[in-house]
Amino acid sequence: MTNQLGGAAAIVGIGATEFSKESGRSELSLACEAVAAAIADAGLQPSDVDGMVTFSADDNPDIDIARNVGIGELRFFSRVHYGGGAACGTVVHAAMAVATGVADVVVCYRAFNERSGRRFGAGVQDIPNEATAERAQFSWTSPAGLLTPASWVAMVANRYMHLSGATSEDLGRVAVADRRHAATNPAAWFYDKPITLDDHQASRFIVEPLRLLDCCQESDGGQAIVVTSVERARDLPNPPAVIVAGSQGTGAEQWTMTSFYRPDIAGLPEMGTVARELWSSSGLGPADIQTAVLYDHFTPYVLMQLEEFGFCGRGEAAAFVANVGIEIDGGLPVNTHGGQLGEAYIHGMNGIAEGVRQVRGTSVNQVSNTEHVLVTAGTGVPTSGLILGIDR
Amino acid sequence: MTAPPPPPADAVDDGLTDEEFHNALQAFVGRQIGPAMDAPDEVNVPMIRHWCEAMGDTNPVYLNAEAAAASTHGELVAPPAMLQAWVMAGINGPSRDTDGPYEQLTNLLATRGFTSVVATNCEQTYDRYLRPGDRLSMVTTITDVSAQKDTALGTGHFITTQQDYVDANGQRVGSMVFRIIRFRPRGTTARRPAPATTRDTNWWFEALAAGEVRVQRCSDCGLLRHPPGPMCPACHSLNFDSVPIEGTGSVHSFVVVHHPQVPGFEYPLPVVLVDVDVAGEVVRPVRMVMNTADTEPDAVVVGAPVRIEVRAAGGQHLAFAIVTDTAGGAS
Repeated sequence: MTNQLGGAAAIVGIGATEFSKESGRSELSLACEAVAAAIADAGLQPSDVDGMVTFSADDNPDIDIARNVGIGELRFFSRVHYGGGAACGTVVHAAMAVATGVADVVVCYRAFNERSGRRFGAGVQDIPNEATAERAQFSWTSPAGLLTPASWVAMVANRYMHLSGATSEDLGRVAVADRRHAATNPAAWFYDKPITLDDHQASRFIVEPLRLLDCCQESDGGQAIVVTSVERARDLPNPPAVIVAGSQGTGAEQWTMTSFYRPDIAGLPEMGTVARELWSSSGLGPADIQTAVLYDHFTPYVLMQLEEFGFCGRGEAAAFVANVGIEIDGGLPVNTHGGQLGEAYIHGMNGIAEGVRQVRGTSVNQVSNTEHVLVTAGTGVPTSGLILGIDR
Repeated sequence: MTAPPPPPADAVDDGLTDEEFHNALQAFVGRQIGPAMDAPDEVNVPMIRHWCEAMGDTNPVYLNAEAAAASTHGELVAPPAMLQAWVMAGINGPSRDTDGPYEQLTNLLATRGFTSVVATNCEQTYDRYLRPGDRLSMVTTITDVSAQKDTALGTGHFITTQQDYVDANGQRVGSMVFRIIRFRPRGTTARRPAPATTRDTNWWFEALAAGEVRVQRCSDCGLLRHPPGPMCPACHSLNFDSVPIEGTGSVHSFVVVHHPQVPGFEYPLPVVLVDVDVAGEVVRPVRMVMNTADTEPDAVVVGAPVRIEVRAAGGQHLAFAIVTDTAGGAS
């Protein structure tokens, strides 16, 4: 059976906290503020909400938020696994619930003190070794000192660069684009702080071939998304961002961040699965996308996503970025909010909100005539993606 | 780039669990260090004179016989703080048994990288004043080994010894408690993160600890697979054995870690993903993540041939890749 999710549900509300390096309050406080703001943005009441979805990595139980925000009973609650790979997956789960009548109004959320609390960038060296299958995967990398997300991504990136000929400067162009967009986004941490390619090249190595400016920032903050039926959306104040397509995906020989045992490691086949699903279920293709939000915890995976979605051929992403362009005045503006390198690292959820703003026509870096926006979730992990579109 | 980092110097595997290590340390408590040490000289006025001049001590009871006779002592006495000086070994130090209890304790602590030492405190107790003519003897005992402590210097164990001083009649005249910490300096010779093993993977790490890199083989269909898992994806057999690797391979990809720097590693840290040569058909490419050894950083390039050796590092045994053809490197 083919994926028939598209067209049933829409994102009608987005809400976020401030994005900071130290929120000074609990993660639950951030989550409640984001959820309440998203419900208000949708023009709904907390009592309208009957479903909630978050990441399995999130530490704010849906029932705690429901009590604090004044949401009554829930008919549907779900959690999506694999870190940032869950982001679009929360909306996929919500849309499935709405499409099947399992829930009417679902809030997806993610909130954390990722910078002032436990930092993902610190890696796994201080995590106790528990003999579960999920923890045991680090046994193949940690004893050699491959301990952080940057180090896991760098191993794939170096192979990709070896085969494609992409250079550090090519990675840098992704960072420059993100920071250009963040520079005009008042909500971005790096508002008014663009960088040059020289800045990127002068930044220190974190894990060769990745430099500091290839790595996203770490942030405190929360983001929530309200999903309901397209029919109900038409009665609400904001233009609906229709969920034209949505999918989760893994690849063959999938690991979490360390898929080192595939015949070809210089790709993101899990995102290839998502791409295939989005294109085939929607009947759309790369030429139908006016702007994309591509998950950017590390710059090389933005290049590899352009290839997985067929915006260019294998190994051609560097040339695509240089010639077609991913900045606001380029052929495919990417991460117009500044991405996670520029706006904030909210595990990809802030990127979905930017996709909604592009559909609404309210982005600070609005792309003209936007009909369809591609949004992706965490790369290198089991992941997910969405195509959002205007209501026809 | 700088010279390649050698495997860390604390490359010893004590083979003990944390609890066994703790118990092994505690077994030293109460043990006497070496035989009793006899003072080379009796308590004497010339040494007292030198001490008082060096310390600036002008108390007349130590050197002025008249004043001493008029004092509560009735005769010359030695400064109590000289207690240790009477039995102290000469300029060549004590002649200690090379495998005595203290050396054994020191060696055991070194297996976990606790190789640095700092004295932390010293307390003396005096039972009576010493007088010229007293001849002392001293016995040292290990009285405490602490649990592992995190300090500003680093992580380590405090060792407390007590020296008991007796006179010619065997009567105790004083004692001294002396405490040191043997510690692992921050950021240098710590243990590396240990692998988390499960019932599906522990056999592989046990083989590695025994010096062998092996690859899982389905004992029904014969296909090789790595990393190991409970089921053969080809025939669904749960039965397996293993075969040794050929000992060679090539660099599939590599990174150089600069940040963050964690204990147990030398930075910049090259890490290679090796295509490992095996004899037999495979389910998937056999690849392993390793550090390099005996290899110039510039020689680490994609495709470089390597020899694989098991060496001790950071408290475990690990596979290392040695690049065998440096033609691709600038060195």
